[in-house]
Amino acid sequence: MTPRAPTILQCPVPLDDADRVLLGHGSGGRLSAQLLARHFLPQFDNPALAALGDASVIATPAAELAVSTDSFVVHPVEFPGGNIGTLAVNGTLNDVAMMGARPICLTAGFVLEEGLSFAVLDRVIAEMARAALAAGVAIVAGDTKVVGRGQADGLYINTTGLGAVDPAFRPAPSRTQAGDAILISGPVARHGMAIMAAREGLALESAITSDTACLLPLVDALRPLGSAVHALRDPTRGGVASALNEIAAASRVEVEIVEGAVPVPGDVAAACEVLGLDPLFVANEGVMVVFVADNASDSALQIMRAHPLGAAAARIGRVLDAHPGMVAMRTALGSTRIVDLLPGDQLPRIC
Amino acid sequence: MKYLTEFRDAGAARRLLAEITARATRCWTLMEVCGGQTHTIVRNGLDELLAGSVEMIHGPGCPVCVTPLEQIDKALSIAEREEVIFTSFGDMLRVPGSASDLQQVRARGGDVRVVYSPLDALAIARQNPDHEVVFFAVGFETTAPANAMAVWRARELGIRNFSVLVSHVTVPPALTAILGAPDNRVQGILAAGHVCAVMGWEEYEPIAATHRVPIVVTGFEPVDILQGIALAVAQLERGEHRVENQYARSVRRAGTPMARARVAEVFEVADRAWRGLGELPRSGLRLRDAFAAFDAEQRFGVATLHVSESAACRAGDVLTGRIRPTQCEAFGATCTPERPLGAPMVSAEGACAAYYGLARHRRQEPSGGVP
Repeated sequence: MTPRAPTILQCPVPLDDADRVLLGHGSGGRLSAQLLARHFLPQFDNPALAALGDASVIATPAAELAVSTDSFVVHPVEFPGGNIGTLAVNGTLNDVAMMGARPICLTAGFVLEEGLSFAVLDRVIAEMARAALAAGVAIVAGDTKVVGRGQADGLYINTTGLGAVDPAFRPAPSRTQAGDAILISGPVARHGMAIMAAREGLALESAITSDTACLLPLVDALRPLGSAVHALRDPTRGGVASALNEIAAASRVEVEIVEGAVPVPGDVAAACEVLGLDPLFVANEGVMVVFVADNASDSALQIMRAHPLGAAAARIGRVLDAHPGMVAMRTALGSTRIVDLLPGDQLPRIC
Repeated sequence: MKYLTEFRDAGAARRLLAEITARATRCWTLMEVCGGQTHTIVRNGLDELLAGSVEMIHGPGCPVCVTPLEQIDKALSIAEREEVIFTSFGDMLRVPGSASDLQQVRARGGDVRVVYSPLDALAIARQNPDHEVVFFAVGFETTAPANAMAVWRARELGIRNFSVLVSHVTVPPALTAILGAPDNRVQGILAAGHVCAVMGWEEYEPIAATHRVPIVVTGFEPVDILQGIALAVAQLERGEHRVENQYARSVRRAGTPMARARVAEVFEVADRAWRGLGELPRSGLRLRDAFAAFDAEQRFGVATLHVSESAACRAGDVLTGRIRPTQCEAFGATCTPERPLGAPMVSAEGACAAYYGLARHRRQEPSGGVP
């Protein structure tokens, strides 16, 4: 008796059109390949990535490189004004730009939670592609991992940025010196309050949108001022107050800001007032603080105001040498107070 | 932002400063009751600008600061329970108990959530019928109406998985204790505007008369505070001691009767322990028997927990105005906002935190000065 081949194949064929991330997408097998081919590669299309080697090879246009890495864990993943992808690209590019460097490329690592909807993931990837394209920077290497449901909050992204240091323009926190003017490129606290409003489901009169933006064009506009620009800092987590404290500590100077000089949009100020938060400690994602030699400060202000990202740029204070490491605020009444680092998160007050 | 900008106006504030310094023939000692007022004073350097004319002593009106260690430990013990979702105003999370705080309980797996209103806690209870939802009902008369409302609503809606850990205190008994102390230096009081928005000021009239101190119901913005000080100084210079109302845009003599009625329906006056002041008779609120089913202390069997306070912390002397925060040995050394020994270093409203965060550069240059 000869064996007969079965006439009907009954084995179940795995689904390949899931609308959510499955653990199998992290297996390294067919689903992983599909995840890259269908969702990532079409959006991040560039020759270095398309080669799919174990590493990407890039030409370096400079003798010195600026490198920055940042992990993004925002909740909710999507918020008015952007999503975690917008932040992941702009945030790291801004860190490179704050060193005066010209970005060369980005890498992106993703931790995806089982069950994350592809609709959300696709919107995040599309935002990353859009932001990278706008900045003229390619995402040349990447990685994805999938963790079980409940082991991550939707998705986490780590990006690393590489930039070419500009020998003629290299601001650094330690170059700040007494006599510098302190400028800010725009109104503060929008990102943090947009996130908080989305998280708490606050019904505000107007939707506060995140200020997430790539500051590179604004930095490029300041480049002609050269060594007169002493330090740049994007005041993200911890807000303007924390950024100023970091600079004051790094260059052992006193930073003095003037009460009321830091622009806060009306709706943001109102939301902070209601929630008992100080806008100086609320996160920004598209604003930078500029420490510039006093005699170049008017030019810097003009240059920034001529650019859409810096239309509301303002002078907020100056650098002194009296109390090294301290940030002080001159109040409208002429007294001074310390603007200190917070011990932890800014906690809403009882009354 | 109407009702805010005009009370933050620098020109108006400067005129009031000039008026007060011109009026004062000696240095008067005033106490602002509320921690929110303390912060306005220190943020704007009003104490510095008034040096020589008025010395401000920072009163006991920070709910976080006066909540005794014992209540914090009760909260921690409840929050650690597996079936409990523990809800609280944000700044209670960092207040240290004997061995831990709510943030650490959360990190170890406790479900601790920050809410902006006790009614939010009630909503969480409705969404989580298989959990016990507890709200930490701390505060003065200001938060009492909303807390009373949450309990009242819970009973109306038949929500059985909701309870409150009550640590309510009231202002007048604390003022009586401070003004009646043998070493009292306080010559005038700025009462807390929001407390009086609820309660009115009738109950302050006998205090002003008995202790012969002016009491001015005062708001929270710099111009409010300076107007309150100006009114108090004017009374002191004339030898008067009446209750006056600076915060007329919010406060009536009888307060808000509807809120008072709801508080009186749900709570009754009780003896309470205060951090720094000790046990004061009839100085707080507890749930009435009709609402005892919502008492978390009974539900979780923590009513008998007793704890004594840290000896190194001089919170009591700070809260009664005997010393300035900067005169405490522990200030800035063993006690910082990162590792607070006592509650006044924790809360955004606490006097020690206000000094540490906003004015510690003045440590070497004390103004006014307590002997």
